[in-house]
Amino acid sequence: MQEDRNTPWRSALRQSMKPKERTAIERTKMNELDGDYRSRNSEEVNLGLTEEQAVIEAKRCLDCANPSCMTGCPVGIDIPGFIKNIERGEFLEAAKTLKETSALPAVCGRVCPQEKQCEAQCIYVKMGKQPVAIGFLERFAADYERESGKISLPKMAAKNGRKIGVVGSGPSGLSFAGDMAKLGYDVTVFEALHEIGGVLKYGIPEFRLPNKIVDVEINNLEKMGVKFIKNCIVGKTISFDDLKAEGYEGLFVASGAGLPNFMNIKGENLVGVMSSNEYLTRVNLMHAADDNFDTPIVRGKNVAVIGGGNTAMDSVRTARRLGAKRAMIIYRRSEEEMPARLEEVQHAKEEGVEFMTLHNPIEYIGDEKGHVVAMVLQKMQLGEPDASGRRRPVPIEGAVETIPVDQVIVSVGVSPNPLVPRSIEGLAVSKKGTIEVDADTMQSSIPTIFAGGDIVRGGATVILAMGDGRKAAAAMHNFLQEK
Amino acid sequence: MNRIVEKEYFSANVVKIVIEAPLIAKARRAGHFVIVRVDEKGERIPLTIATSDTEKGTITLVVQKMGVSSTKLCNLNVGDSITDVVGPLGKATHIEKFGTVVCAGGGVGIAPLLPIVEALKKAGNRVITVLAARTKDLVILEKQIAEYSDEVVVMTDDGSYGKKGLVTHGIEEIINREKVDLCVTIGPAIMMKFVALLTKKYDIPTVASLNTIMVDGTGMCGACRITVDGQTKFVCVDGPEFDAHKVDFDEMLIRLGAYREEEMLAMEKFKNNK
Repeated sequence: MQEDRNTPWRSALRQSMKPKERTAIERTKMNELDGDYRSRNSEEVNLGLTEEQAVIEAKRCLDCANPSCMTGCPVGIDIPGFIKNIERGEFLEAAKTLKETSALPAVCGRVCPQEKQCEAQCIYVKMGKQPVAIGFLERFAADYERESGKISLPKMAAKNGRKIGVVGSGPSGLSFAGDMAKLGYDVTVFEALHEIGGVLKYGIPEFRLPNKIVDVEINNLEKMGVKFIKNCIVGKTISFDDLKAEGYEGLFVASGAGLPNFMNIKGENLVGVMSSNEYLTRVNLMHAADDNFDTPIVRGKNVAVIGGGNTAMDSVRTARRLGAKRAMIIYRRSEEEMPARLEEVQHAKEEGVEFMTLHNPIEYIGDEKGHVVAMVLQKMQLGEPDASGRRRPVPIEGAVETIPVDQVIVSVGVSPNPLVPRSIEGLAVSKKGTIEVDADTMQSSIPTIFAGGDIVRGGATVILAMGDGRKAAAAMHNFLQEK
Repeated sequence: MNRIVEKEYFSANVVKIVIEAPLIAKARRAGHFVIVRVDEKGERIPLTIATSDTEKGTITLVVQKMGVSSTKLCNLNVGDSITDVVGPLGKATHIEKFGTVVCAGGGVGIAPLLPIVEALKKAGNRVITVLAARTKDLVILEKQIAEYSDEVVVMTDDGSYGKKGLVTHGIEEIINREKVDLCVTIGPAIMMKFVALLTKKYDIPTVASLNTIMVDGTGMCGACRITVDGQTKFVCVDGPEFDAHKVDFDEMLIRLGAYREEEMLAMEKFKNNK
C-alpha cells in the first residue's frame, strides 16, 4: 500500500531539511488535561496536537527508504506516506492515506500500543532517541479530517448485490464491513447489544475514547451502505441457516471475547467483587454513574483492581473518577511486565492511582452481610522466565498482608464468548473455545464462515482485531469470486 | 418493533404483557429468557418468556414491579414500544419423558414455569403442578397451567385459596403419596432453596431456574455468577437452569441484594418525581 516516495513533492520535502536538522528536533508532548482535574470527570485526557506541533513532529520523520515502522504495524499502514502529507500541510490527504489501510484511524491513534508496534521499530529508537510520535500524528490527521467536516468516503466498487453478514460490531466487524462494502457487497452487521461499537463502546471509557468519535466512524460505514441491526444475536435470535435461506453468501464472526475470567479464589463471589467487564459496562454502556439512568453502580472508596492490562487501567481510572479515595492496581508481576500501554500507566499514576506490583490476591474477606471488606495479598518475587518470555512471579513464603477494600474489580483477561460458536453446528472450535481458522484467510471449518478478532485470538488488541477483519474481507472476496 | 399488543393486570404489582417480537417468538424454547431495556435510560433486566405465538409473532412476559425499570415496564400500555428486547437467551429446558414430574412455582415464577409444564406434558410425563403464593390474588395462570397438568395443587400462605401452607408442604404430600422422578422449581430464591432441601431429603433430582442480576445477559459481565457444586457458573450462558441440589442458594440470595440500597434510593426518587 506504500505510496511512491519519489513523487516530486515528497523528494523535494525530503531534501528541504538535512537529516541532522530533523533528528535534532525533540519529540513533541501530547497536550493533556491536568491529572487532578481530570480524575474527577470523564473528559478526554489527551487533547491532541495543534497543527503547528503536528507539522514539527512530522518533520522528525526521516522518510526512510525502508520504513521499519511499517513492519511494526499489524495492518501495514503507509506511515511515512501519511506523515509526509502532514509535514507539507495536506492534512486531509494524510487522513486519506491512513484510511486506505485502517478503517478506524481516530480510534487506533488513541488506543493502539504504539510503543510496542510502529514506534518500537522507528529508526530513532536504533539511534537511541525517542521515536517519531506516530500515534499522536495518526490521531491528529484523523481528528483534523473529522473536525473539518470534509470526511472522504473511500472509492466504492459498483454494488454487486451479494449479501454478507457480520456478527458483532466491534473493531473487527467494523473493519470487515467497511472493506466488503468498498468491494460492492451488501453488508449487514448484527449486534447483540443495544449500541453499535462493541468494546469501543462498552469497554473503553469516554476519557480515553469518546463515543462521538466511534459514532462518526459508524456513520461513515452507514453512508457506505452498511446496515446495522441491534439486539440481534446470530445463533439465538436468528440462526445461521435462517441467514443462508435469506440469501446471505458469507458470514464473518467477530463476536469478541466477552466472557470474563475469574481467579477462583475464596470470596470472589462476595458482593463488591466484580469483573472489569461488568464495572465498565455499567459505567460506559449503561451510564450508571449518571443519576438520570436507572442502572446502579456502587461508588467504592477503597477500590482494588486486579491485573495489569489496559482494561485494568481503564477500570482503576474510572474508579478514581467515581470518587475512590484509594484506587489501587494489584499486579502479580513487576511494572516492567505490565501489558498495559505505557501512556495508560503514566496517566493512571498522574491521577493518583497506587500501584501495588508483585502482589497477588489469594482471598477476599466479607462482612456478615456478604460484602467484601478486605483482601489478602500474597507478595511475589520474579523468578525464571515463563512461556510468555516474562519472568514468572513466585510467592514469597509467609509474606502475606491484609488490606481493607470495599470494591474489587477483577481484570485478569477474558475468554471467548461461547454464545455464537456453540450455536453453529459443525464449526470447529478449540479447547479454549476460540473459533479455529486458517491463519492466512481467517476461513473457518465451514467454508462460508470466516472469523476474526478476539473470538479467534482469545483476547488481543483493537488493531489486531481490525487486521483480522481486513484479512478476512480480502479472503472472503476471493473465495466468493471463485465460487 | 417490540410493540405491546396486550396487557393484563394479574394483581396490582404483577402485569402480563404480550410483545411483538417475531424472531424471538420463532426461536424461543421453554426455559429461554430475554433481556429488556424499557427506555433509553432503563436498566437491562432479564425476564423469562412465559409463552409465545409464532403465528402472531408475539412473546408473553409476566413482570413484577420491583425496581424503577420493572415499574416503568409495568406502566407501559398497549401500543407502546419497549426500546430493546433481545433474545432468546440461556439454554432451553432439557425435556424428555422422565415419568412423574412435580413442577413447583412461586409468585411470578409461575409464568416461566408454564412453558416447561406444557413441554413436559407434551413429552408424555405425568405432571403435577404446585402453585404457591402469599394470598389468593397472587396465584397466576392457574387455568393455563391446569391445561397441561394432570393435577394442580394450590398453596397460599394465608389459606385464602387452595391449601394453607408453603410450597414445600404441597410437594411433600405428593412425594409421600407417589413416586416422583423429577422436580422443577421456579420462584423466589428462598423458596427454591427450601424446595431443594426437601427434595434432597427424598433424593429426587431437582432443577431450579434462576433469575439473577444481569447486565448484558450474554456472558459478558459475570454479574449473574453463582456457585454450583463449588464451581462458579454464569446463569446467562451456563443456565438459567441448574441442579438445585448443587446451587449455593445462600450466596445467590446475598448477591441478589448487591444493589438493594441503590435500588431503594432510585425507587424513592422515581416515586417523588411522578
